[in-house]
Amino acid sequence: MSAVTGYRPSATLPIWAEVRRQASRRRTQLALGFMVLLPIIILVAFEFGGGNDDDGNGGGAFGSLVDLATSGGLNFALFCLAVSAGFLLVVVVALFCGDPVASEASWGSLRYLLAIPVPRVRLLAVKLVVALGYSLVALLTLASTGLLIGTLRYGWHPLGSTVAAAIPPGQGLLRLLGIVAYLAIIMLVVAGLAFLLSVLTDAALGAVGGAVLLWILSSILDQITALGSVRNLLPTHYSDAWLGLLSTPPQVDDLVKGAIAAICYATLFWSLAFWRFTRKDITS
Amino acid sequence: MSLSSRLRRALPRPTRRRVVSGSVVLVLVAALVGWAVWPDRPGWTSADEQITVKTGPAGAESVDLDARLYLPRDRSGKVPAVLLAHGFGGTKDSVSDNAEELADRGYAVLTWTAQGFGRSGGQIHLDSPDYEVRDAQGLLDWLAARPEIQLDATGDPRVAVVGGSYGGALALLLAGQDARVDTIVPSITWNDLTKVFLQQSADTTATGVFKKGWAGLYFGNGAASLLPDQPVQKNEDPACGRFAADVCAAYLSLATTGTADQATLDLLRKSSPATVLSKIKAPTLLIQGEVDTLFPLSEADANAKGIAATGTPVRVAWFTGGHDGGAGPQTDQDRVKYLTVQWLDHYLKGEGDAPSDSFTYSRVAGFSALDRGLVTNGYSTEAYPSLSGTGSTQVSLEGSAQPIANPPNGNPAALSSLPGTGGRLSELLGGVAADIPGQYATFESTPVTGAIEVAGAPSIQLRAASPTGEATVFVKLYDVDESGAETLSAGLVAPVRLTGLPTSIEQAQPVTVTLPAIVRRIDSGHTVRIVVATSDQAFLTPAKPVTYTVAAGSTLTLPTVVGTPIANPQTVWRWVLGGLLVVIALGLAVVLLVRRGLRRRRHDEVIEEYAETPLVVRELRKAYADGFVAVEEVSFTVQRGQVVGLLGPNGAGKTTTLRVLMGLTMPTGGDALVFGHRLMPGAPILSRVGALVEGPGFLPHLSGYENLRAYWRASGRPEADAHFDEALRIAGLGDSVHRKTKKYSHGMRQRLAIAQAMLGLPELLVLDEPTDGLDPPQIAEMRRVLKRYATDGRAVLVSSHLLAEVEQTCTHAVVVNKGRIVASGPVDDIVGESPSVQIEVSDVPAASAVLASLGVKSVLPDGPSGLIVDMNGTPRSEVVASLVRAGVDVDRVVPRRRLEDAFLALVGDNSRGSGDR
Repeated sequence: MSAVTGYRPSATLPIWAEVRRQASRRRTQLALGFMVLLPIIILVAFEFGGGNDDDGNGGGAFGSLVDLATSGGLNFALFCLAVSAGFLLVVVVALFCGDPVASEASWGSLRYLLAIPVPRVRLLAVKLVVALGYSLVALLTLASTGLLIGTLRYGWHPLGSTVAAAIPPGQGLLRLLGIVAYLAIIMLVVAGLAFLLSVLTDAALGAVGGAVLLWILSSILDQITALGSVRNLLPTHYSDAWLGLLSTPPQVDDLVKGAIAAICYATLFWSLAFWRFTRKDITS
Repeated sequence: MSLSSRLRRALPRPTRRRVVSGSVVLVLVAALVGWAVWPDRPGWTSADEQITVKTGPAGAESVDLDARLYLPRDRSGKVPAVLLAHGFGGTKDSVSDNAEELADRGYAVLTWTAQGFGRSGGQIHLDSPDYEVRDAQGLLDWLAARPEIQLDATGDPRVAVVGGSYGGALALLLAGQDARVDTIVPSITWNDLTKVFLQQSADTTATGVFKKGWAGLYFGNGAASLLPDQPVQKNEDPACGRFAADVCAAYLSLATTGTADQATLDLLRKSSPATVLSKIKAPTLLIQGEVDTLFPLSEADANAKGIAATGTPVRVAWFTGGHDGGAGPQTDQDRVKYLTVQWLDHYLKGEGDAPSDSFTYSRVAGFSALDRGLVTNGYSTEAYPSLSGTGSTQVSLEGSAQPIANPPNGNPAALSSLPGTGGRLSELLGGVAADIPGQYATFESTPVTGAIEVAGAPSIQLRAASPTGEATVFVKLYDVDESGAETLSAGLVAPVRLTGLPTSIEQAQPVTVTLPAIVRRIDSGHTVRIVVATSDQAFLTPAKPVTYTVAAGSTLTLPTVVGTPIANPQTVWRWVLGGLLVVIALGLAVVLLVRRGLRRRRHDEVIEEYAETPLVVRELRKAYADGFVAVEEVSFTVQRGQVVGLLGPNGAGKTTTLRVLMGLTMPTGGDALVFGHRLMPGAPILSRVGALVEGPGFLPHLSGYENLRAYWRASGRPEADAHFDEALRIAGLGDSVHRKTKKYSHGMRQRLAIAQAMLGLPELLVLDEPTDGLDPPQIAEMRRVLKRYATDGRAVLVSSHLLAEVEQTCTHAVVVNKGRIVASGPVDDIVGESPSVQIEVSDVPAASAVLASLGVKSVLPDGPSGLIVDMNGTPRSEVVASLVRAGVDVDRVVPRRRLEDAFLALVGDNSRGSGDR
């Protein structure tokens, strides 16, 4: 008999236990709450903002989404996603994925979990699955809140886009789901990076901030056309490819490439995280 | 904690290994970037040449041509040549990219600036057979004389002529004039210049409408030789620039009147491939643009028909681009490039199968979401369907006869295209088209019930009446979507000039108007709108104001082609994605299986000898990556029922030892066995160990009770095994157990942590400095708890730097210092009375003398008034009595204990730990 009766490595740190561990934290509640709040703020802004002042959004594929945002629930939800995709979602995903291991380390509770013992691979896997789950919930919360209040306020209309004809609502809902799915895949890069940093450092803020910082750095490099084809290797290069789903027929080539890049990066980061965590001395 | 120490914690310590691996990664990244941006060594060489050729009708004039010959670098033997001609207004440099690509593929490429342009001499004769075409014949002679060029016969090089627009017509005209040309690839070029510049879309013999926009643009281009850096030609007329006098005169007359005299017609005819098509024997690949208001698809259609009539192989391809649309989207450019190379490889190099007769074209699918460029889908059909399609769809139009006004001098005029802006495809398709109210009539269909894939030239009947007997109108086809947005496909309009018209519409005879060929999918639910307008900015319209009446026939015939989509090469990425997912899944499965196997083998191993011993530590050693050795060599055993104290100063290696016992740290040498199982990270045997190492660790936002629950949930064990009540009683937190732990005092956390370590009553309890932060009554209580805990065959290992604590709590002690065991054994053994006492006296020298006389073993001074005396069996009472008798006051007599001796002797005055070495 090696372990005590009732102990099974595969039963340690059940997913649900980790979900509850994270759910009780204020930052989880705030982040999810903000996903509900943001569409409401945008709606209020549209209602009382006076609308027709043409300051800023000087054209571009993205700016034109503003004009369509109030044309229906689908467009409103799309607008909410579009304004969040560049930064807010990145921060939220980095928060959910960069925090769980580093914060346990900084509280000192990580060593007690490992002494239960929760096998290191299992601990990391459960933390990762739950973090990804929360990230997905945040994304879906944002999209569905936007869709719900947008539909209530502006009605159920075709999904308009400036690059192609309006898409009928049923089809439009599918396209919106496609966009959510693509954003989820692209965010895997952030998730991977934040998770790796979370394993490497005991400072939760460092992991979250580091992931966001590197993401922004990659976005900036992507703007420098002098870098040429090297830019195609940047994780952020295809981050706007979801716009292709607004055209008819949908242009999925860039989405596929973006997905390949994101999955490669995420796999690399996660592999490094697991490799490091299963070998390192826990000193916190 | 200061910022710098935080930083130091966050950053990895720069060990040799890290520095090396970091540098390797840095070098790799730099190498990758360098490789990506490093320019390739071109596979060709080039040399500029000044070639003098005979030109003119009699071949008597000489003209210098500015030329450049590209030769493939790695050629074996002689190579076939490509004569690469540029477009109107260009020079040899305009085609350098193409030339380099072809040279890379193993062709000698000769580019030259046509006469009248750039640094070449001569004048612009509009691809005249006597001038530009004769020049090209001279270049063929020149090529034939070059040693690098493959020959078909003496003076006959193996050669293809490739070119676009002005260069394309040259290819056709040269192939018609010189049989040495082996194959040609003319693109976006004309068939008959009279029909191009005097465009007539109705089936009537009346002269067409002058295309003033494009004509002016081209004339301006040719006249623009008076640039500062170009040699000024002598006798240059500012009105004509470098145009030959006859060409200039023809333009001036045409642009002034809008009609052509016979001399002009003859001149334009002479420069038209239409006259030589029947003589072309070279296999021809015709590439024409779908977005081209200058040379529309009908020009290539006429060329194809003319050349094919004599049995010469002809292949046609359309792409989304042209004089208005530019080079088109990347997919189209790739397709055209592929077709060209395939054609040349077969007909020039003799490599590869004969290209099929299939016809390929592309259709706009939408905008690219990323760069706002156009996205097109490619299609193919087995044979070229010409402009009438492989099928047709009739659409009914509604609309009565309507009066429309011709504006004086064509102003204001409707806008359909923007000649010369080149490449602004999205604007053209986004609709720059604008009609002027009062100047147009509309005839509209009902929404179409199914999508119509139009490819070809639509046709419609038109009736018109005019008070002057003549009418110039422009017929356009708009695709109107559900929201009313109308799109004029590629900005193409059908100019119609009718003569001999009645004044009343009732008497007007219908004429058939063939609209420009388009490729467009008219989606279900869209309507088709035919607009007949009186003006267009691209054309010259009658100067006098007049009002026509027009009526369109009720049937619009739309030619359709249903092509097979050409596989998008990008779809390969989908397979890559699928493959990637499969590889990741397989890799994950393999890693998990291997790990599971290893894990089982590792954790099932048991050393029988120690199977009943809670803890055996054997020659444990731990050196960190930076070379610091925290534990040199530590061995000890904890048996059931024992409370073992691990005693040592701070930094002696106690905590490192305990970390190994918790599976947090891998030892560098030796091992620790719990019930015979080797401890390593995640070993299941750890479930029989409860621990408190390096202070408590709790989730700050949960209460003490919730923390214990959360901890137990994470163990996955049944709740009944936890013995919460017992643990809570030990913690003794009362109601505070329901407060958040971040509000706890240090002592409260410590007690909660001990309770957590005791959850499930583990057989081995490991506590690091358990009394840290507790007050004296709590310490006393904790001692009782620990002693009681070890009674039922369980064992406790306590580490402490306090001697008294170990002495009072433990049954056994292990003293460590500087990573080594100093002493170990039952506390009673080592705490038993020592043979020495410490005496404090009033007069140290006197006392020393007295003691020496008593025959004690040794007397050592201990401070100003103290002595340490090794009694050597002399009773303490006798020593005190002797001292008092000798008149020495004895303040204190303290018996010394072995443990203290041992501890102080080895740790002693020097209380610095190994951590400070």
